[in-house]
Amino acid sequence: MDLKDKVAVVTGSTRGIGLAIARELAERGARVVLSGRNAERLQEVVEQFQKQAWTALAVQADVSQPEQAAQLIQKTLDKWGAVHILVNNAGITRDTLLLRMRDEDWDAVLNTNLKGAFHCTRAVARPMMKQRYGRIINISSVVGLIGNAGQANYAASKGGLIAFTKSVARELASRNITCNAVAPGYIETDMTEVLDEKVKQALLGQIPLGRLGNGKDVAHLVAFLASDLAAYITGQVINVDGGMVML
Amino acid sequence: MSLEEKVKDIIVEKLGVEPDKVVPEARFIEDLGADSLDTVELVMAFEDEFNVEIPDEDAQEITTVKSAIDYLSKKIQSAE
Repeated sequence: MDLKDKVAVVTGSTRGIGLAIARELAERGARVVLSGRNAERLQEVVEQFQKQAWTALAVQADVSQPEQAAQLIQKTLDKWGAVHILVNNAGITRDTLLLRMRDEDWDAVLNTNLKGAFHCTRAVARPMMKQRYGRIINISSVVGLIGNAGQANYAASKGGLIAFTKSVARELASRNITCNAVAPGYIETDMTEVLDEKVKQALLGQIPLGRLGNGKDVAHLVAFLASDLAAYITGQVINVDGGMVML
Repeated sequence: MSLEEKVKDIIVEKLGVEPDKVVPEARFIEDLGADSLDTVELVMAFEDEFNVEIPDEDAQEITTVKSAIDYLSKKIQSAE
């Protein structure tokens, strides 16, 4: 899975799964564009990368804003003249039961998780079409497949990403651009740390492999899908969940 | 270079066809082998080259070499 000199944009890459993906791609030789909303954290991460002698560029962006997503891609093109890999990973949660879910909770989650992916994908479509090469990887969730009480907004955004993935895959296939979705299960990150202990134990009981996942488990699959080895895979959803969801 | 020549150049480049195939009555899809993405790319290339904005409903009407040239000449004239 050699990604030497490939240019990869990873949204939401200052922590969690996104950071694990960015590190994995960089380790395999890709030039990585790190992106997130928090400038301070972005700076810390880019320094980490420099220490490892990995090639990285940091661009502060809130992908829910179309101009900022467009600028993220434009800055990538200005710096390296190409964008081969886009990982739409930026995601937030605003968990609450449907009865208590406010419009703002719904909109915030949909705007970042689903619309943000649309903004970034639209921005890379043209350069990828021109170069007749592209790998788009959307980070969905098993929740997008099976739903989850208390996460109607998050599950809708992640299910939407799957349908989006399949449509983009069909639309851009003739230009040698593939688009796939990765659906992580229960991965140990800041996002899942806030879950209540009882919920965690219940989740663990549903995982055949008997452990929680980590960012690297997800990042390995993303690196594969981003590589030339995955040239004949498009429009697919692949779970990384220890066997939690088998469809 | 005239507008007509520029348009033809873009079509030759974008669709990868022989220049002598790019006659006024040639249809992008049926005669020049374009697919739907090619036609979008063509319109975007016209927009870049001539610095105009082509709305979707107009783009749908641009199906032949001649219709592209006519549309763009009119568009540029009205902008001047």
